Amino acid sequence: MNDNILEMRHITKTFPGVRALNDVNFAVRRGEIHCLVGENGAGKSTLMKVLSGVYPHNEFEGEIILNGKKVAFDGIHDSEEAGVGIIYQELALVPEMTVYENIMLGHEIRRGITVDVHEMIKKAEELLKRVRLSINPTAKIKDLGIGKKQLVEIAKALSRNVSLLILDEPTATLNEDDCENLLDIIRMLKMQGVTSIMISHKLREVLSIAETITVLRDGQTICTLDRRNDEVNEQVLIKHMVGRSIENIYPPRISKPEETISLEVKNWNAFDPKLGRKVLNNVNFYVRKGEVVGLSGLVGSGRTELARSLFGNPDKYEISGDLILKGKKQRFSHPSQAIKAGLAYATEDRKANGLILIKSIQENISLANLQGVSKNGLINEELDKQTALGFVDSLSIKTPGIHQLVMNLSGGNQQKVSVAKWLFVEPDVLIFDEPTRGIDVGAKYEIYNIINDLVAKGMSILMISSELPEILGMSDRIYVVANGTITGELDAKSATQEAIMRLATQY
Amino acid sequence: MSELMTVLKKNVREYGMYIALAAIMAVFTILSKGIFISSRNIANLLNQTGYIAVLAVGMTLVIVIRHIDLSVGFLSGFLGAIAAIALTQWNWPLWLTILFVLALGVVAGLLTALPVASLGIPAFVASLAGWLIYRGALMLVTAATGTIIIPNEAFNAIGNGYIPDILASETFLPGVHKTTLLLGAIAIVFTIFGQIADRKRKIQYKFEVSSSGLFAAQLIFISVIIGFITWILAGYNGLSWTIVIMLAVVLVYDFITRRTVLGRHIYAVGGNPEAAELSGIRVKNITFVVFASMGFLAALSGILFTARLKSATPQAGTLFEMDAIASAYIGGVSAAGGVGSISGSLIGALVYMSLMNGMNLLGTDISLQYIIRGLVLLLAVIFDVMTRKQKA
Repeated sequence: MNDNILEMRHITKTFPGVRALNDVNFAVRRGEIHCLVGENGAGKSTLMKVLSGVYPHNEFEGEIILNGKKVAFDGIHDSEEAGVGIIYQELALVPEMTVYENIMLGHEIRRGITVDVHEMIKKAEELLKRVRLSINPTAKIKDLGIGKKQLVEIAKALSRNVSLLILDEPTATLNEDDCENLLDIIRMLKMQGVTSIMISHKLREVLSIAETITVLRDGQTICTLDRRNDEVNEQVLIKHMVGRSIENIYPPRISKPEETISLEVKNWNAFDPKLGRKVLNNVNFYVRKGEVVGLSGLVGSGRTELARSLFGNPDKYEISGDLILKGKKQRFSHPSQAIKAGLAYATEDRKANGLILIKSIQENISLANLQGVSKNGLINEELDKQTALGFVDSLSIKTPGIHQLVMNLSGGNQQKVSVAKWLFVEPDVLIFDEPTRGIDVGAKYEIYNIINDLVAKGMSILMISSELPEILGMSDRIYVVANGTITGELDAKSATQEAIMRLATQY
Repeated sequence: MSELMTVLKKNVREYGMYIALAAIMAVFTILSKGIFISSRNIANLLNQTGYIAVLAVGMTLVIVIRHIDLSVGFLSGFLGAIAAIALTQWNWPLWLTILFVLALGVVAGLLTALPVASLGIPAFVASLAGWLIYRGALMLVTAATGTIIIPNEAFNAIGNGYIPDILASETFLPGVHKTTLLLGAIAIVFTIFGQIADRKRKIQYKFEVSSSGLFAAQLIFISVIIGFITWILAGYNGLSWTIVIMLAVVLVYDFITRRTVLGRHIYAVGGNPEAAELSGIRVKNITFVVFASMGFLAALSGILFTARLKSATPQAGTLFEMDAIASAYIGGVSAAGGVGSISGSLIGALVYMSLMNGMNLLGTDISLQYIIRGLVLLLAVIFDVMTRKQKA
């Protein structure tokens, strides 16, 4: 007789155009520490959101059995009630409020019509003791370091009497010491009878703490490994995580990179004063003319930070090092300077910061190069329209017209508008962050063809991607980023997903 | 007819304001037994609207880039007082006074923008500080003299005068301002030819256009409206300088927002500041430009109002900023940023001032007037939100 605290059976969850989870089965024994691993986009976080009620029970198929009983959650509140606590990567604490207020938030202890401050502080102190955190409960959250915040978050979960604790990449932003401490706390909670599910990209950490490991890939359960019976090591995990062959969805490229180097970055460091830590550490790489260089790495490894620090540094990092563009040393203090010098950056989140959704295709395409359609500050409406029509035609953007608002387009067509915008700038180097995120296979193929056309015309492309097959299929050379630094350079012909994963999980 | 309905339905947001304005005017005309639509009253209404419409135009752009400027009411009062002092105490010539006051407006706008653009301080707070400061400044400069009477006729003509009738004739249409009629006719001709050229270009690019029948109807409608207003104004003293200035501001700003790089940049910053920044637009500079334009228009509004009163008072400009904000919102500007037109704000200001003017004509109690204006503002914004949802 097995004693499972949780069983998730035949879970299928679809988003418009994507099947995020496909008939997933997932079981957790009472009292164990269970790790959930997989590539970016494998469905780990989605599965946990299904479990915690973020996606209500009528928005997915399958059933959840908690403590032997079938449950149907309508929201986080329901799952909390049932003893499930979830801690997200982006912490859900109110920075301006105190530690005890945060711990008791939504569950304040009352006395008559007022809150009982003393009782709440006392309760918070007990909970803080359970996570071995010796801080003043009346301190403000914003004054705590990230490691301590994470523990406060756990204390908050414990205040709800959780029996099942979910941690979504809890150590992603922590340093060594804080990591170790957090893992100790999780082990200690296990002694106190709390079952934990932990999502992590750091395989060494997974191997040090997990009793059971479930691997997800492409929204499906690949295997569940029991450390008591199965021999598990990093190689085995990586193989399960990536174990698929590259399908033939990458159009062949005829052109060859030239010898000239378009972009070179030397000893590049960036310190983020807002986070108070270094986000990039001694980065070195180069891109040749007509070359596609893949930049691989896990979420949070510093890929996007690198791109933004090069592209005019809108986050105001403190930067040192050399950026050499077309043989000329450059230092940009605003994206406009980078664009003028021939460097463009298509962002990973086209909706949040790539496009202006409430404006038309026409207005978006010429936005980064209005000089190109204007004279003395006056827009040449004809030229502007011609330009937009030209790109709609050449990139086959599917739309009723160039006056269509970008918000009404599909993901793939939005991405093409974003591409058109940067092509109109005619850059020498294009940093392409997640070129195919959230778009369907057909549109992906078209984007890949566009990339091939561009490098054939002599453009250099630095392609950031979370999808390993895409990196392998499209790149000439590959750099792997981990922890804000480049951990390896690979030739795309000989590289394997395993080799990239090994470098990406190197800490 | 069915085409007309679909066109109306599709553009209910834009046409809604015009319909509302027409309805309000019709109601007041009936209730006042025709006095509302009389030449004299319409001229008066447009002259009243001038200084608020000018502010509303500037405020529209401020709201489009997701900010607000509360300081402009007392700023215009203060700058009006400065103009009065320059003319009466420093004995400056008129042209220098006007240039100086407009320049001061630009500087004031830049000062408001400084903490907003450079330190990220909310515009609400920064401009509230300005509200207090300019109110104090206005009281300070008028403390010694109280109300300053301006004896300069040329200056006062800005707020009260009418363009001269160079085509005056005792035999042909006596009592009617012929120059105004001529200008109206020119406006109609330009509008018709502009619309036809635009339609031709649209057809050339194979864009969707309305049927030629409906198009002709639209042209006739617009021409009749312009002709009607011109006729009414010509029946009194013709075009006032205030109307000329207001129309000039609206035309220039409409042109800037729709046809220039600067305009595109302003709306891009409002639509998505981060995407704009990453497209190479200097969001900070745009913020400065928009607040400077607001300051400039506040100065212009101050000149118009002071000239209209022929004097500067210690209370000048009180609550102008709220009237301007209300006009902009009635005109369809969105606080979420990136949406709102100059022509919309002009209509918004006309709706708002028509209410005031009409209720004054009817002798409506002032307390009731405020309540009704509040309700109309609320209705306009609700209508705006509803039609926006329908479209999405």
